[in-house]
Amino acid sequence: MNTNLSINGKSYAVQVTKNMPLLWAIRDIVGLTGTKFGCGVSQCGACSVLMNGKLTKSCSIPVADAIEKEIFTIEGTSENLEILRQTWSDGNVPQCGYCQSGQLIAATSLLDAIEKPTDKDIDAAMSGNICRCGTYTRIKKAIHQAVAVKNDRI
Amino acid sequence: MSNIQKIDRRDFVKLFSLASGGILLGCAISSDQKDFIPSESKDVFHPNLFVHLEKNGNITLIASRSEMGQGIRTSLASAIADELEADWKYISVNQAIGHEKYGNQNTDGSRSVRTKLEPMRKMGATVKMMLITAAAKKWNVAEVACKAENHFVINKNTNEKIFYGDLVAEASRIAMPAEGSIQLKEVKDFKFIGKTLKSVDLEDFTHGTATYGIDVRIPNMKFAAIARCPVTFGTVQSFTKNKAEKVNGVEDIFELPRLLPPTGKFFGMLGGVVVVANNTWAAFEGKRDLDIEWNKGANESFDSNAFKKTLTKRVHTTGKLVPGAHGNVTAAFETSAKTIEATYHVPFLAHAPMEVPNATAWFQGDTIEVWAPVQDPQTARSELAHFFEIPIENITINVTFLGGGFGRKSKSDFVVEAVAISKKINAPVQVVWTREDDLQNSFYHATSAQYLKGGIDQNGNVTGWLQRVGFPSIVSSFTPYADYASGFELNQGFTNNPYAIKNFRLESVKAEANLRIGWMRSVVHIHSSFGINSFVDELAAVAQKDPIQFHLELIGKDRIIEGKSKFPFNSKRFKNVLNTTAKMANWGAQLPKNHGLGVAIHYSFYSYIATIVEVSVLDKKVKVENIWTTIDCGLALNKDNIKNQLEGAAIFGMSLALFGKISAKEGAIEQNNFYDYKMIRMKDAPNIHINIVDAMHEPPTGVGEPGVPVIAPAICNAIFNATGARVRSLPLSDLRMV
Repeated sequence: MNTNLSINGKSYAVQVTKNMPLLWAIRDIVGLTGTKFGCGVSQCGACSVLMNGKLTKSCSIPVADAIEKEIFTIEGTSENLEILRQTWSDGNVPQCGYCQSGQLIAATSLLDAIEKPTDKDIDAAMSGNICRCGTYTRIKKAIHQAVAVKNDRI
Repeated sequence: MSNIQKIDRRDFVKLFSLASGGILLGCAISSDQKDFIPSESKDVFHPNLFVHLEKNGNITLIASRSEMGQGIRTSLASAIADELEADWKYISVNQAIGHEKYGNQNTDGSRSVRTKLEPMRKMGATVKMMLITAAAKKWNVAEVACKAENHFVINKNTNEKIFYGDLVAEASRIAMPAEGSIQLKEVKDFKFIGKTLKSVDLEDFTHGTATYGIDVRIPNMKFAAIARCPVTFGTVQSFTKNKAEKVNGVEDIFELPRLLPPTGKFFGMLGGVVVVANNTWAAFEGKRDLDIEWNKGANESFDSNAFKKTLTKRVHTTGKLVPGAHGNVTAAFETSAKTIEATYHVPFLAHAPMEVPNATAWFQGDTIEVWAPVQDPQTARSELAHFFEIPIENITINVTFLGGGFGRKSKSDFVVEAVAISKKINAPVQVVWTREDDLQNSFYHATSAQYLKGGIDQNGNVTGWLQRVGFPSIVSSFTPYADYASGFELNQGFTNNPYAIKNFRLESVKAEANLRIGWMRSVVHIHSSFGINSFVDELAAVAQKDPIQFHLELIGKDRIIEGKSKFPFNSKRFKNVLNTTAKMANWGAQLPKNHGLGVAIHYSFYSYIATIVEVSVLDKKVKVENIWTTIDCGLALNKDNIKNQLEGAAIFGMSLALFGKISAKEGAIEQNNFYDYKMIRMKDAPNIHINIVDAMHEPPTGVGEPGVPVIAPAICNAIFNATGARVRSLPLSDLRMV
């Protein structure tokens, strides 16, 4: 089918099969490769995007479900994502970096929903994302740090 | 990199003027000479690494080792920049292609810093000397009247300054300093070495702009998936493609025969049925829709459960004596007050890097170009030259970022696949493995069984130690019928056991391979450390001694054991990491109810590690609460990076201890994806406390791997401390303890 996908505020004309997972439409058709493939079965979160603001595993929803919705990927920008990028860098979080697109999107979604998440909130929100390098403690710290940065700004 | 020129072997370093107006420095010496001797010619020497200084002051450093999360691009660059007295803001790092001129690029064995630090420092120091000479000439003063500081050469008499970039033209005409004249900085003067530098790649990592293998895009490229036989080395008997052909986007389907590696080297590829499509998902869908009859071959009857029983039986009877025995264990056991026996198991494991194996290749008749996440680009290149009969100089391997490696990406079978498909379809192609492919067709960490018997005298001292081990050898992947563990494998914790035990005997039993066996992060140390640390804890309990005190007694008096390498084992450093960790963990203090502490120590990749784990056990479910680790890795090049590595190693070790198990039935792997090959997640992650011993005057030793082997035994010893129950067979999930 021929349709349009709205990604990070930009419209992309795409020709796709209806049931193609959104992940592959983003990566192979639109050509934005920041969103990663890790498992294909909604287990690892490497493919995380926001769809109308909702955290979504893009490997497991058909592209047809994303039409006329606003898709937000790691190539996008938002206040919370920018703060998280900063605290991610301050904390030297990534190792191989591969899962970090998904981690940052999941963390953005968390901060969009909860102003000041507790450790438990973070555990609940971030446990859909696997980091094989094991950067969890740094991710947790960077999320808390982002909240502190935001509070400083107010 | 077309402007790289040959360097005369007699020169240590050489400078070139570049068309771009910069200078380029190659380095031709290493602490490990064999690392730097090019294989193709003895008459010329290709420089191994480069400093590229431009007129605007920008310095590009070439990273010769693959970046897979261990931070090597930053670490090696910081060593050059320190000696060069560079301002870090001018430094950028480019990734080397796979080529002998860069020296050994095989990124494994936790040895990049160990083998490259000194040559990197010398390279930086040489450039600094030449810049000083250039400035001295300009000012017409003696070199000793000048010093380098933060990207400037300073005239000590007048305080005049010249920016590095402004010295490019002059420096290009300076003769190379003799190797003997190169002076390296004192430890106290280090600016970057031993400090903390953030990753040079943070910007890309946090914006999704780092290019991993799977992100490579070439105009008109195709995407391919391969259905490989579920049984190792099985072949295609026949297949029906009607359904797969109908998948929208599928363009071609064909059989790919196995490429068998020659004995002793290379990895070849498994072969199977290839689906070529115009996007990754269509290739995956087409692959799923294939109907294939397999000739499953000799491995069809393999059952890992039955194999565990077989191995157990074998370690319970006398095996092949491994050299290095001393004393007489039989006599020691006869006279011991007590003897105890225990048998330990670790299953097969898969690396499961977050980025699945993948490669992009373009075969163009007389040339091959590859873009791939490879740990060992030179072997990949040689392998392609061998299989495709293309002169090696016509093969280019572009090394992308690796989304994790852990040893899986040392084996370049996925590169061979991509090239074979590109050759067949006459177009650039990216082959992508599914996660299921990754778990079911890997080069597995070998399963193992080990039997230990120890004797204790009336004072609770160990009188004898017998250890029998069996695990399929990595060598089996290169040489058929390699049915016993090799010497290099046994030397990972078994034969180089650091305990001072009077009567010691090691035996090896037969263990045939029915899967492809490979190395995974910390390799054989995973099972050697598990067996030894678990058993020492058991002996301590029988001897009614504190486990830490017991370890210290076993390590014995201060002594240095010289080996073949330049890293002698120093028992004092080993005891130090143990004592330090005990203090960190407040060992001996009262614990909350249902909590327990366990300790493990291990010497690997020439580094000394001690770890203490605190677990809580509630309703027979284990939660890891805290992990304390101390490492002595000699000179600590980039401190926060080392900390990050050890935090990650703790999580990696936890994943294998709690969940890690690859099993096979009728020759086929039973695990599919992360729902049945589980990983530690955020909710499972404990507090991790890392301490790095200040040993800046010692040579640097391994960092990436040594943190892994201690985790599983420390967890199991903590479980014993909390509950009195021993876990001798991993993982905990098999025992329903998680």
